Amino acid sequence: MTTTTAQAAELAEPPGKGEAAIKTEGLRKTYKSSRGNVEAVRGIDLDIPAGEFFGLLGPNGAGKSTTIGMLTTLVAPTGGRAWVAGHDVVAGPVAVKRRIGVVTQNNTLDMQLTVAENLQFRSRFFGLPARVAARRADQLIDAFGLRDRRNAMADQLSGGQARRLLIARALVHQPDVLFLDEPTAGLDPQTRVNLWDILKVLHDQGQTILLTTHYMEEAEALCDRIAVVDHGRVLAEGTLEELKDNAGAVTVVTVRFEGALPADFAERTGLSAHPSVDRAEIEGDQVRVFSTDPEGVLGEVISLGTAQGLNVRDAAQLKPSLETVFLTLTGREYRE
Amino acid sequence: MATTFQSPRGSAGKNGTGRRGKNGAGKNGAPPAAAPSEAPSAEAIAALITNAPEPAPTTLKTFGAMMAREFRVLGRNAISTFMRSVMQPLLFVFVFSYVFPKIGSGFSAGGTAASAGNTSFSTILLPGLMASMFLMQGMFGTTMPLIMEFSWQRTIEDRALAPVPIWVLGLQKITAGAIQAFIGALIVFPIVLLVHAAGQAPSVHVTNWFLFALIMVASSTVTASLGLLLGTVMDPRKIQMVFAIVLLPATMLGCVYYPWSALHSIRWLQILVLINPMVYMSEGLRAVLTPSIGHMPVWAVLLALVGGTIVFATWGVRTFRNRVVA
Repeated sequence: MTTTTAQAAELAEPPGKGEAAIKTEGLRKTYKSSRGNVEAVRGIDLDIPAGEFFGLLGPNGAGKSTTIGMLTTLVAPTGGRAWVAGHDVVAGPVAVKRRIGVVTQNNTLDMQLTVAENLQFRSRFFGLPARVAARRADQLIDAFGLRDRRNAMADQLSGGQARRLLIARALVHQPDVLFLDEPTAGLDPQTRVNLWDILKVLHDQGQTILLTTHYMEEAEALCDRIAVVDHGRVLAEGTLEELKDNAGAVTVVTVRFEGALPADFAERTGLSAHPSVDRAEIEGDQVRVFSTDPEGVLGEVISLGTAQGLNVRDAAQLKPSLETVFLTLTGREYRE
Repeated sequence: MATTFQSPRGSAGKNGTGRRGKNGAGKNGAPPAAAPSEAPSAEAIAALITNAPEPAPTTLKTFGAMMAREFRVLGRNAISTFMRSVMQPLLFVFVFSYVFPKIGSGFSAGGTAASAGNTSFSTILLPGLMASMFLMQGMFGTTMPLIMEFSWQRTIEDRALAPVPIWVLGLQKITAGAIQAFIGALIVFPIVLLVHAAGQAPSVHVTNWFLFALIMVASSTVTASLGLLLGTVMDPRKIQMVFAIVLLPATMLGCVYYPWSALHSIRWLQILVLINPMVYMSEGLRAVLTPSIGHMPVWAVLLALVGGTIVFATWGVRTFRNRVVA
């Protein structure tokens, strides 16, 4: 799914705009408070070409929303620089806002307006005359399957409907970059898949999208490229295949025993020396083995443990995936 | 779909897939057909990008659209807004200008207490109640919506993403609040004029309409600016306290029920209340509406109201910006 040079050329934006839809250099945000400073984002570098579907993947609290906040001008960076659609987010926030559509994590629909009015007024905020705005609103309502809810107040929508309206509203002015902050958080599986389909169609039309998510499968299903973030830093970045390759395309074998393991379990039993074992970690009652050649490893770990008089409680084998990438990068379980 | 737009960007692609289109040989094949009836159709979604109107925002257009949104909401809530504006002054004049004179209570001597000779109490009340309406509407029209928008879902982010600088958004909030305050104060006028016992009508003499309009506008903007400031600096959880420590004292000590000159016998209070913006609204309206009652000089009133607007608006827009942009 890599973007080839030919595609990149084809996707080139109108003159006056940079190659990159989003570019950041050492972007940083520290929240100061009386209880001490919180480093939400600690220097993030991104280079996202136009037309790409890019994902920021990380657990809650990784700094994804703060990053989106800075890129959409709602959070002031405390260090580094960022450009969106060729405009500096600090020096030219209005120029940036003209060219972006944002779906925030929270439901920011105007609850005092109807579905149609939400779209009409947003269109007018972006300079469309009232009649054009009304037609654009109807077009969006039809496309997003909200015809039945057209005159409902925004606070009467279901979670899925509200999310669709939020996305529709972000598209009224044909933004160069669409930002989606956790767009499917809290939605049921069916609604989530429907939203994915919408996003895929938008992407196929060349829409540049930056999405944050803490769902691994969402990043895998949608994104051309993914940056794995945690504690305000990018741990790894690339296509799904690149990420798996760079993390060694490892399989992670985890075995839990009944009772805590000695810290030198791997050495004492000779597990570390096993040819198929790249790395073995002991954490409480569990052994985690990273392996590029996992054939027979699970059985080996179990028999070694049993030989030590330990009973197996639970065993799992994770094939190379974003989850094993995350485990390899951070050495800890992915907490969704 | 009947909707058509002339889209310079959208019509660029000859093959109909539009700008930036990755064209027909889509990498994932055809987009999945939507199963549920409510699910959006792929073609219609794609058309949102290929067939879109070209936005051309200017600060003025965006400001205008935001005001149009305010009027739409105001129109929708017209009845509740109207009731809120009407009830307080209506009950006030009913009790003070109708019930008290009828039951012969000493309260009807309010005018005498104000050393204004035979002036009816409603003459004193008219400017006072209008001033109190300014403050109430300024708070309800600006502070309360802001507190809602900043709390919970932070719906303020929606408006903050409109293509204007944040300070324009702040000024828009002030303008919207000021218009509500202006309308609220106008509603008081006929109520005080009409509701009273026989012989208790207020004596109103507008000699300078321009000055009257100026004081009305300046009163509206000063309360709306103050409303913006309060709405952005106050902790939403303590809003009840704001009403207790701001709205109530400001009204009771705002020369609503007595003219400022009458306070001369309590000199320390007469000086202390000068920090209260309400005093200048009441006194300013007295100067232009009911000049028979002793009032503050107009220059002092204008200085306070216009100066207060500038100070509170600048300060409020600043705190507003700091709340919006984290």
